[in-house]
Amino acid sequence: MSASTATPAPADERPPARARVSVVGVLGELLILAGVLLGLFVVWQLFYTDVQGERAQREVVESLEWADSDVVDGISAAEASDQETIPDDLKRTDDPPAMDYPAFTETFATMMVPRWGEDYVKPVSEGTTRADVLDPLGIGHYTDTALPGEIGNFAISGHRTTYGKPFADVSELEAGDSLIFQTEDAWFVYHVESWEIVQPTQVEVIAPTPNEPGVAPTERSITMTTCHPKFSAAQRWVVHGSFDYWAPVGHGVPEELLEVPA
Amino acid sequence: MISSWLWNSLPGPALVRLLILLVVIAAVVLALFEYVFPWVSEALGVQETTVEES
Repeated sequence: MSASTATPAPADERPPARARVSVVGVLGELLILAGVLLGLFVVWQLFYTDVQGERAQREVVESLEWADSDVVDGISAAEASDQETIPDDLKRTDDPPAMDYPAFTETFATMMVPRWGEDYVKPVSEGTTRADVLDPLGIGHYTDTALPGEIGNFAISGHRTTYGKPFADVSELEAGDSLIFQTEDAWFVYHVESWEIVQPTQVEVIAPTPNEPGVAPTERSITMTTCHPKFSAAQRWVVHGSFDYWAPVGHGVPEELLEVPA
Repeated sequence: MISSWLWNSLPGPALVRLLILLVVIAAVVLALFEYVFPWVSEALGVQETTVEES
């Protein structure tokens, strides 16, 4: 038995570990990196844009000096009975107070939908480009369509998924559901009439007379567009509604706002 | 390998290297979330909600 065979060579006598660069190894690392980036993108799109969007839209609503503060704070079912509502003699169906056409990205109204919860209050801003309006501000108003209460089609659009998803529950709307807006001067109450699924190029849905392009409008309509199916841009979910009344601000809230849909 | 080259090119002891890496990763993720991903999402066009002339 020789003692020397059991003695390991000192560390500094071993051959130095050489960094081996192989094409396959680098390719593998790049693929891992690509996978991480794709995963991050999904996390960003599905979760982070909602966090960001909801916070930003909430801040916009809270910054509107003219927005009804009770509504912004949320009227709970318990408080609803104490809430002043607009008397019938102030409800009108003629032309609403003239308002200056809003500047691009200007938030000129708030939207409330009782079907979507008593705390649903979202800003409505001018324009429908994604980077400037729909992604950061929520609901956008199609440029050169009617303003709230005007004869023609008040056409708006919003995300159904991601970016705070203002129109997330669009498929739950039923005929007769109230769509309520407030501007600096007035309240506007519409109700849902119908809905349809169309191709993204079917711009006739937002025509002044919905689905009848070129026909001079006689009605005060509303049209909402959002994506369909969820997480896709293949089609559009479109909701049409018609006008009930407008009323000046300062005399309570529309009673429709306090009605919890069955 | 990219990862071992990156690790070896960082200065200081292992703990300092780890901290530097974490800060760099946080900065890269922030840049992706704030600038790159919004642009990519719009370019992909899978989140469109509007009707428009094609």
